[in-house]
Amino acid sequence: MKPNFTRRRLLGALATASLLGPAAAIAQPTRPATRAIPTSGETIPLVGLGSWITFNVGNDRAARDASTDVMRAFFQAGGRLIDSSPMYGSAQEVIGYGLAKLGRPAGLFAADKVWIGDGAEGRAQMETSRRLWGIPRFDLMQVHNLLAWEDHLPTLFAMKAAGQLRYVGITTSHGRRHGDLERIMASQPIDFVQLTYNLVDREVEQRLLPLAQERGIAVIVNRPFQQGALLDRLARRPLPAWAAEIDCTSWAQFALMFIISHPAVTCAIPATTRVDHVRENLAAASGRLPDTAMRARMAAFVAGRG
Amino acid sequence: MSEWWTYSLRDLLLFSQRTYIRLFELHNQEWWPLPLFALALGAALFVLAWRGGGERAGRALLVILAVCWLWVAWAWHAQRYAPINWAAGYFAWAWGVQAVLLGVAAWWCRFDAAPVAALRRGFGLALVGTACVIYPLLAPLLGRGWISAELFGMAPDPTALATLGVLLTIKLRHSGWLFPIPAAWCLISGATLWAMEAPEF
Repeated sequence: MKPNFTRRRLLGALATASLLGPAAAIAQPTRPATRAIPTSGETIPLVGLGSWITFNVGNDRAARDASTDVMRAFFQAGGRLIDSSPMYGSAQEVIGYGLAKLGRPAGLFAADKVWIGDGAEGRAQMETSRRLWGIPRFDLMQVHNLLAWEDHLPTLFAMKAAGQLRYVGITTSHGRRHGDLERIMASQPIDFVQLTYNLVDREVEQRLLPLAQERGIAVIVNRPFQQGALLDRLARRPLPAWAAEIDCTSWAQFALMFIISHPAVTCAIPATTRVDHVRENLAAASGRLPDTAMRARMAAFVAGRG
Repeated sequence: MSEWWTYSLRDLLLFSQRTYIRLFELHNQEWWPLPLFALALGAALFVLAWRGGGERAGRALLVILAVCWLWVAWAWHAQRYAPINWAAGYFAWAWGVQAVLLGVAAWWCRFDAAPVAALRRGFGLALVGTACVIYPLLAPLLGRGWISAELFGMAPDPTALATLGVLLTIKLRHSGWLFPIPAAWCLISGATLWAMEAPEF
């Protein structure tokens, strides 16, 4: 009797095998862990998406589509918070382009900034940003790098009270003006603060992160990879074998896991142009997070003491 | 950002090297076959500067440069570069001002009868040659393909460089006020390329 190896049978057998054998190994992607925004209790994933440089691609249609692919992968992996600023060139417009193509994902947590020296022009700039994103309102509006914060914060609080945005925040980066930021955090009823924190820029651990916990302020972390420079340095060494203890498979995850495992941190916002990287970043929030001892070990290893 | 001086150039860079290079690709594609004309115009500029020819040739060179600066102000800075760099709006104005200055010089300025010093003329021709011949070759030599070539009259760097070169090869009276903007552009662009870690630098 002739063996009946038809193509249909073969494909059927392969499909059955894929459903039985490897199915356990091919687990459904787990969703990223979340942390609560202290002022509301609403939870957001520990990893978000930044747009500095990466989404500033101008009118380049191919690059806009590539950015859309990154956003699609971000939402598919369970991401929610996307952060931008009027300072970032065309990034807001590119985000708006992507959101429109993706059918305006319901899970989006839209975070933007007001960045203008004249407080009277803040509302107009925020309205321009909102139109570029193509959304009814921002979830979070932050004063960019403390610029004219005395003028902008009252406007943002009034907008929040009127339901025109949900949360108010303030940002800094590169470790600048931490003294001013501390005074604002201590005196103003802000919901979010955004600052730079990573494996080597750790000054915020001394005062700002404890203060955020004490005052109930959510923390967004920018520059988690020092704009790639940190990963370039880390890549000169192999990932330590003990990184597997926290399900960490890359230096990017190593760096992210260190940040998001700090209890004061609500969300880290790495930026990327690559779909595989955005998946890898979200996966960092899906595994076991390092405990205090492991965090100390990670920092020591990066500092060359491990 | 009240403390600009504490930022490094790399902190202020708004776009990636890839995005910047794509601008030249898209620019040449969109205006094709104008890049071919620009290439020929660059060659003509070099020949005209090489041959000299006194006041008439000098005025022709200034007119060509004025038109190119105006075109780059609008087509490059205002239309192409501005979407990724909010400072490009200011660059467009500066380039427009330079176009006017070159036009005024072509129309009003007087030329000296005495020839330009050989060293100055040689340096000027070297700059024009670099802008019109070497610059277009950089893209293919760096593996980016011809379509992203930076051409005199289309892209800002070779246009500014050629302008400085031409100004050195002609004996225009009181020409000092025509140098600052092209020289400033060379510094700005050089800083941008350095911050991007571009291979040209």
